[in-house]
Amino acid sequence: MTTMQSDPRVLVGTRKGLFTLSGSTDRRRWTLGEPEFLGHIIHHAVVDPRDGETVLVAAKTGHLGPTVFRSCDQGRTWSEATRPPAFRAGDPLGRAVRSVFWLTPGPVDEPGSWYAGASPQGLFRTDDGGDTWEPVDGWNDHPSWGEWAEWPDVEGTPDGSMLHSVNVDPRDPDHLYIGLSGGGVFESTDGGSDWAPLNAGCAADFLPDPDVAYGHDPHCVRVHPADPDRLYMQNHCGIYRLDRPGTRWTRIGDNMPRDVGDIGFPVELHPRDRDTAWVFPMDGTDVWPRTCPDGRPAVYRTRDGGDSWEQQCVGLPERGWLTVKRQAMTTDAAEPVGVYFGTTSGEVWGSADEGGSWACLASHLPEIYSVEVAGTP
Amino acid sequence: MRVRIPTPLRSYTGGEANVTATGTTVADVLADLDRQFPGLRFRVVDEQGRLRDHMTVWLDGERCRDLTTSLDALDELVLMQALSGG
Repeated sequence: MTTMQSDPRVLVGTRKGLFTLSGSTDRRRWTLGEPEFLGHIIHHAVVDPRDGETVLVAAKTGHLGPTVFRSCDQGRTWSEATRPPAFRAGDPLGRAVRSVFWLTPGPVDEPGSWYAGASPQGLFRTDDGGDTWEPVDGWNDHPSWGEWAEWPDVEGTPDGSMLHSVNVDPRDPDHLYIGLSGGGVFESTDGGSDWAPLNAGCAADFLPDPDVAYGHDPHCVRVHPADPDRLYMQNHCGIYRLDRPGTRWTRIGDNMPRDVGDIGFPVELHPRDRDTAWVFPMDGTDVWPRTCPDGRPAVYRTRDGGDSWEQQCVGLPERGWLTVKRQAMTTDAAEPVGVYFGTTSGEVWGSADEGGSWACLASHLPEIYSVEVAGTP
Repeated sequence: MRVRIPTPLRSYTGGEANVTATGTTVADVLADLDRQFPGLRFRVVDEQGRLRDHMTVWLDGERCRDLTTSLDALDELVLMQALSGG
């Protein structure tokens, strides 16, 4: 039986604004709303699952500096952060936020708290629902930050280095994970005061010494909400799983079909089953086209923690030369789970049966950067 | 002095293309603009006090990137966005 407590909404952040898809309760009919923040670059738009009302939007434009817009009424009205994420004035490294790249709601028992990851790779926190932000000094001013974040980031990833995948352990608000592109995965067990790399077992094929403690390129890291000792990662060099308290990642992408490979941006999790995850592979061969392998769009799902993968492409176009960025895939909490992704070619696809079949929910949008389900179904 | 506001910043000025601000340097004027139109300055100047890459200030027809520049004898500051984006 399909269950969803409220009509679903999907927030779609694009290179040219924010779009909202409103769905029917059965998730079969979707309506695309008018754009908001048209012309703004929206890296991430996230609804607060703790209240279902607050929405934060990470925005900038081609000209204007980065900021955060916030709504306390599900996006009906908006205001701008009074103090957006920024490094401290007089920062000895001269750092300034170029873009707010990633947003993560804080712990359940700390309402109003959020984390933001930026480019360059700063970490910021708000405790008032996104109105005023403070640097997380333990990360930004860590003595090893310059090495870990490869500062200055002149040779960073194509859109600049970024801090992403801020994960808060639901059992312990002081236990944090972050991802750096490039730099690797880092962990804090004291609320962000101190940090340590967590990359053992990960490949770094782009480095002359592949056996390094940091310098890797995680694309997306997810802590399982129902079993926070299980982490999944889609890395620049493969798909991985880590079961804590272990510290060595296992390359579960080795079990993907050889002709598809295990390169991609997103990895998304089943909200209740720790063994089920979805990825959207891309072509990481030759000069790294970063399009679907062989131009055949397909999601891959594992139901056994990565020991095996199945292709899920029913309803998707037979050929297509696109990809799905790291924030542009998500799941809802309904039964069965809905899976959604947005493409670089401006289409939103959704599945109401855990990837068994796909329908196009919207097309002809700008390049999609993020897809997030609104509210708590 | 009069300050010309480019279209990307007019959401802060209530749609006004021309506003008035006071100050003896470019930085002073930007600070006064932020008092009148909260949030405007951070979209133009980063947290280290540097003019953002794709914003420009024009004084008497000359491009200016030094925010300590004195505004003596000038009666207009022009804020513009650079030709960039896409």
